[in-house]
Amino acid sequence: MSAGLVTALVMLPVLALLIQALQGSAGLWSHLISTVLPVALKDTVILLCGVGLLAAVLGTTTAWLVTAYDFPGRSVLEWVLLLPLAVPTYIIAYAYLDILHPIGPVQGAIRWLLGYSSPREFRLPDIRSITGCIILLGFVLYPYVYIPTRAMFLTQTANLIEASRTLGVSRRRVFWHVALPLARPAIAVGISLALMETLNDIGASEFLGVRTLTVSIYTTWITRSDLPGAAQIALSLLFVVVALVAFERWARREQRYSISAQRSRYFEPHKVAASKGWLLLGLGLLPVIIGFVAPASYLVTHAWSRFLFAGLSSRFLTEAVNTITFAAAATAITVVFGLVIAYAVRLWPGRVSTWFYRLSTMGYAAPGTVIAIGVLIVLATLDRLINEAAGAWLGLSTGLVFMGSGAALLYAYTARFLAISAGGTEAGLARIPQSFDHAARTLGQTTEGTFRYVHLPLSKAALTAAGLLVFVDCVKELPATLLLRPLNFETFATHLYGEAARGTYEEAAIAALAIVIIGIFPVILLSKVGRPKV
Amino acid sequence: MEMDGTVASKPANAVLELNNISRRFGITDALRDVSLAIVPGEIICLVGQSGCGKSSLLRIIAGVDTPDSGVLMLKDEEIAGPRRFVEPEVRNIGFVFQDYALFPHLTAEQNVLFGLKGMPKKQARERAAEMIDRVGLYPLMKRYPHMLSGGEQQRVALARALAPNPSILLMDEPFSSLDRGLREKVRDETLALLRALGTTVIMVTHDPEEALSAGDRIVLMRKGQVVQTGTGYDLHDRPNCPYAADFFCAFNKVPGTFRNGRVETAIGTFGCEAALEEDSAATAYIRPQAISVAQDTGNIPGRITGRLFLGEVEQLTVEVEGLTEPLLVRTMARLPAVTATVRLSIPSGSVLAFKAK
Repeated sequence: MSAGLVTALVMLPVLALLIQALQGSAGLWSHLISTVLPVALKDTVILLCGVGLLAAVLGTTTAWLVTAYDFPGRSVLEWVLLLPLAVPTYIIAYAYLDILHPIGPVQGAIRWLLGYSSPREFRLPDIRSITGCIILLGFVLYPYVYIPTRAMFLTQTANLIEASRTLGVSRRRVFWHVALPLARPAIAVGISLALMETLNDIGASEFLGVRTLTVSIYTTWITRSDLPGAAQIALSLLFVVVALVAFERWARREQRYSISAQRSRYFEPHKVAASKGWLLLGLGLLPVIIGFVAPASYLVTHAWSRFLFAGLSSRFLTEAVNTITFAAAATAITVVFGLVIAYAVRLWPGRVSTWFYRLSTMGYAAPGTVIAIGVLIVLATLDRLINEAAGAWLGLSTGLVFMGSGAALLYAYTARFLAISAGGTEAGLARIPQSFDHAARTLGQTTEGTFRYVHLPLSKAALTAAGLLVFVDCVKELPATLLLRPLNFETFATHLYGEAARGTYEEAAIAALAIVIIGIFPVILLSKVGRPKV
Repeated sequence: MEMDGTVASKPANAVLELNNISRRFGITDALRDVSLAIVPGEIICLVGQSGCGKSSLLRIIAGVDTPDSGVLMLKDEEIAGPRRFVEPEVRNIGFVFQDYALFPHLTAEQNVLFGLKGMPKKQARERAAEMIDRVGLYPLMKRYPHMLSGGEQQRVALARALAPNPSILLMDEPFSSLDRGLREKVRDETLALLRALGTTVIMVTHDPEEALSAGDRIVLMRKGQVVQTGTGYDLHDRPNCPYAADFFCAFNKVPGTFRNGRVETAIGTFGCEAALEEDSAATAYIRPQAISVAQDTGNIPGRITGRLFLGEVEQLTVEVEGLTEPLLVRTMARLPAVTATVRLSIPSGSVLAFKAK
């Protein structure tokens, strides 16, 4: 069964990682525990708690703001609040390092206002700290909380909120005593997604000097070429992920109850007076300005001055080709694999295909570094075996077939993003009634014909959306790309990382801007989903 | 459970034959040893309460589900059984689904053409146009399903199923999603067309009236088994078990004793054909419309406690001495509004008797 094959392929890296980590000598573990792990674990946990809290507060309040109150600009605010999603974590860190630099525009303006003349007399606390990292990540990751929470407020709570209002509960108390408890599962789901992104982040943490587990894995492998060590840290990271997933499941346990209570009526927002309305709009725009407008305008101005200074370098064009071809190839593979997995669930509904579906989509929870280390182990072993075999039998060296060709990169992208395409395709297929299959069959179509003439045309939109999401995620993906790219191979993301690591920010402004622009497409797609249809 | 009429004697010219078809889902028997033979041109109504297995049977005949045991023969060829399984796409069996299952990305015409891909293009177009014309939708054939009304969609589904000239047409509750007024009109038109074409039809319904009026033969099912088969008259007038009786009529049930081919009750003794043990407890089944009501003539005195005017008839609730439950009476007689007491009479021979539960 092809679905089983896909599942095995996707599961292989994680299994290899487990085996490698367990094989490592016991001495290595104690070495890790005495050196890297305590700091990394502490930083990771603080970061997760901070980002989770900030994302929850920002996401929930903005969601309540746009559903409970009606003020000028509300319908625009509803979707611009999604825009920070287009800014990857490493880009916001990169942008703010410069924006908030002691001799940068913001601090300069403050000093000018206060009449100071040099950074020695006045400076803001350094952004390169764990606090800075928490704030920046919180402001780009809050939409993960905003999206499900707003949907919950819109659809689930209308009747109950109106009921409690007629029972004499004030609007403010409604939020604390009715809306918030009801939305708790949605908030938890959002937080866990935001935290998975946090765990995946490598650029922001590293630029801002936070040594998380993810960063430790990367440096252990890159600077010390210590694969067993990296695998063992990756395993610890995987435990954190499992804990996160468990938290999400636990928080969602009441979700079923909520859905059964669902009524398809939308919540009527409260109209506020004009002056207060502008205040609310300003408040709602704050996270958009910090999470999107400021970094994006920074990128636009710098990209523009860079363009005037040097034009589009051939290097930029090569990177564009690299980024787009790899993302496109990975998207094609991922969409086809996702279709195989989702179609198996439809054709043979049952425990086996459902398990394949679940297992194969676990990759999304695993951070890019974990997947990358796993892929590295699998393909490096394969490369070695092929090379040895070729040497023994043919007397020649094949070199690194997989690692050198970028196949490893495609493998990692597919393993990590299969959940997006399989999930999207499954949802699309689930909307097609089973009677369509039976109708097609009794009208003389085979299973293949049914797929081609009925399922494919009807799920085209779902497949396209899934493909778009995968493509954009591949373009944005940094950690796996850094670890698995062939030598001297640069994408937008890795170039940006390299420049930022050297402290030469402006060089990569055009690449960063390109990533943000590509990232806006799924935001447009998302803004159309979950809108009340009038 | 051996019942008369269950084991159909096999007609020589059967187009479809089901022999001991069984199907289990988990621990429930969806179908148990179902046997049936259908002759060409016959319209069969499969009826029973929801969950009785009628839809499962239809799915097995269509080939979208497989029986666990038993043999299915179409035109003397095994199409499902221990030796062979013929895929649904080569069985040439038409299916009209409850939700019509019209493909939303295809026009009415393209939906009908969907089943004609084996034909040369020109011929297929002609055939599709002919079928769409037969159901009276020629002017609408370029429309997409969402632009058609419920009745029109049903007719497209019918044309689509009939276009490939199937050996048998299966219909799963084909009229249930239509409004009540529209339903009868569409049903009459559909049946007229099917009879004109001489199509062999198996139609599933849960509506007793629809079954009585539409089918040449009714197959009544319960818990995966065939309970009784026969014409509408057979099943309505001579049900072979309480389930069959209750399915087609809301009987008054009066406790009694079976003796000498008669059932003795508190309101009288009625002769009836029933194979019951002598002196055993029995329940007399009395149709509400079989009871005649008058103000002065009749041997059972009663008191009216409720009146429900239904249009053609009026339903009276009448309390009778000796019975704990009141009797329901359906009458066309117009009693004066002030009437409080009446006299009832029940003709012998209109009463059925079954073993008491």
